[in-house]
Amino acid sequence: MAELCGIVGIGQTQLAAKRIDVSMPGLVREAALRALEDAGLGWQDIDALVIGKAPDTFEGCVLPELYLADALGCAGKPLLRVHTAGSVGGSTAAVAASMIQGGIYDRVLTVAYEKQSESNAMWGLTISAPFGVSVVAGAGGFFAPLVRGYMRRSGAPDDIGILTAVKDRQNALKNPYAHLKLPDISYEMVKESPMLWDPIRYLETCPSSDGACAMVLAREDLADKAPHRPAWVHATAMRSEPTMFAGRDAINPEAGKVCARELYAKAGITNPRKEIDCAEVYVPFAWFEAMWLENLGFAPEGEGWKSVQDGSTALDGDIPFNMSGGVLSSNPIGASGMLRFAEAAMQVRGQAGEHQIEKARKALGHAYGGGSQYFSMWIVGAEKP
Amino acid sequence: MRDVAIVSFAQSVAQFEHERNEVEILMPVVQEAVGASGMERSELDFTCSGSSDFLQGQPFAFVMALDAVGAWPPIKESHVEQDGAWALFEAWVKIQTGDVDSALVYGFGKSASGDLPEVLSLSLDPYCVTPLWPDLDSVNALQARAWMEKNGRTERDLAEIVQRNRHNAIDNPHAIHKGDVSIDELLAAPHIASPLRESDCAGKADGASCIVLVAGDKAKEVCERPVWIRGFDHRVDPAALGVRDLTTSASARIAGEKAGVGKDKIDVAELYAPYSHQEAILRESLGLGDEVEINPSGGALGGHVLMSCGLQRIGEAAARIASGKADRGLGHATHGAALQQNLICVLEGE
Repeated sequence: MAELCGIVGIGQTQLAAKRIDVSMPGLVREAALRALEDAGLGWQDIDALVIGKAPDTFEGCVLPELYLADALGCAGKPLLRVHTAGSVGGSTAAVAASMIQGGIYDRVLTVAYEKQSESNAMWGLTISAPFGVSVVAGAGGFFAPLVRGYMRRSGAPDDIGILTAVKDRQNALKNPYAHLKLPDISYEMVKESPMLWDPIRYLETCPSSDGACAMVLAREDLADKAPHRPAWVHATAMRSEPTMFAGRDAINPEAGKVCARELYAKAGITNPRKEIDCAEVYVPFAWFEAMWLENLGFAPEGEGWKSVQDGSTALDGDIPFNMSGGVLSSNPIGASGMLRFAEAAMQVRGQAGEHQIEKARKALGHAYGGGSQYFSMWIVGAEKP
Repeated sequence: MRDVAIVSFAQSVAQFEHERNEVEILMPVVQEAVGASGMERSELDFTCSGSSDFLQGQPFAFVMALDAVGAWPPIKESHVEQDGAWALFEAWVKIQTGDVDSALVYGFGKSASGDLPEVLSLSLDPYCVTPLWPDLDSVNALQARAWMEKNGRTERDLAEIVQRNRHNAIDNPHAIHKGDVSIDELLAAPHIASPLRESDCAGKADGASCIVLVAGDKAKEVCERPVWIRGFDHRVDPAALGVRDLTTSASARIAGEKAGVGKDKIDVAELYAPYSHQEAILRESLGLGDEVEINPSGGALGGHVLMSCGLQRIGEAAARIASGKADRGLGHATHGAALQQNLICVLEGE
């Protein structure tokens, strides 16, 4: 029987296009020290470190966790480095939780980061295997056809992406850590922004950010003694499927559906829309909010866009999505998944400030990566499961 | 703690793979391990792997490996940017949570087409050290020199380690550096980074390995002599060479203690020592005496597949125990310059 895992400390850095004021160790320490402070703990209280980031090519450092071990107080301790494509920030937190749940350690520090200003991540993603063919179109070029496919399949009006883009940027204005702040964001502003990868406009796309996120996870009895109310891990789930094969539905991927089903079953949730109070979901291109509403079971297939259109996913809607402003407002790729997981935990801890959902008791954190094929999710609650 | 056993192990020949890509190298290895496990692929609850994007020169390079392991219907899966030995640790943890009862674990790397010691220069401090481009052979040579001077050892001691590993590798069909060679012959070769010669460095090869883990009674059902994981720990030292004693390995010592190496007699130890002197440092740090058989496979010096070599050491130790030649042993893995990070997996037969 698994041990209970509590989230007792959460920290994140200021998220920005270029954090030239800090080195990589400075960046990860900024998040880790804030998480430790929140938990009322010091480096000496931590048993192990689980670190995550996206491809090493983004900073040009091979296996950078070896170098960062010093900065994260890890000398003489266990260090695990997770990498599961874009979902890595979420997976890293899930693996850290498993170390508590498995009774291996008492307290684990988990950190995820990306310092994308060291290179050009957008184009870094398009490098293909030697002798292979690259589409040289960035992530947007890969995902635009999936969005187009969703529009065709669902018959959604063509401004659903605009609605999500406006909503998430409005939410970001309430988040002091968010990268992209557009005080005069409007429907017209998004609509008039340049078309990058038809049907994805400039303002329907995530920025490229520097940033880190950290959490301290603890065993039940230690979490009970934490200075601030912990969030409790009710369930975690991860699923992967191959990139391409005949019959794969990349628009509504099976891996996401079965991952959500397992997650809800473990958390005892039968009706996610009713039982989950808010969700922080990985939406790097605005249309993915509508797509994930369906994939995660919050809306029937083909109808996710309606919940965007009628305001259900706004802060005052019945199922708020991306209260923090989401990936559309800040995207340090390796940390983006953990920022989602952390925001879910902040909500049930009542820590979310101006973007707090009142009475948030149960929240979903979600991340995906690769060609919509890697998924990691968790449900956290204000009460013990 | 749940009892977890290694029920099967497979590996490719550590060689330059000019024609096969990672998926093609991996697929037969995975099939062999699954075939020997007594389990169906669909019965293996969790999948976890270790590899490095940089070796393949492509972001998210491990994603295509999913094609080799079967990921449909979608699988519970994770990946570490470390040697497969750390993937084995993650899988073992996952089994401890009770969420899964079995796991397929693999490590793979294709580094032979690049200049590995130079590529790994990028794993050092990116602000102060990497710009000087010290290759990893040179960095590890500093450690060899420090260890020799402290202990009054000579290059002949290093050559003896190479000689024994190459002799042991003769019987290992997956090794490439093998054969009986005299100490004088070894010492006649020029240094590549004094005091290290080419034969002191494990070099580079392409390849893959795979282990199947099964928990509890099921392991006894599917396997005649399951090899139980009795201790599992890993530790890291600071990266900066100036802040640690290079002549010993604090992280290996702590990992060995936590994994319970000294609790009982060790028959066999497979040590991932990519440089000859590191075998001696590891023996000292882990307290392994002359009675312990070291690297009957020929170790990393017999063939070195970065990101797989540590998992192979655990697999080799397990194979030794499964065959009845040993009852208690350990597999070791390392990462980073000068033995920065170390993992110990203590194994026992019934």
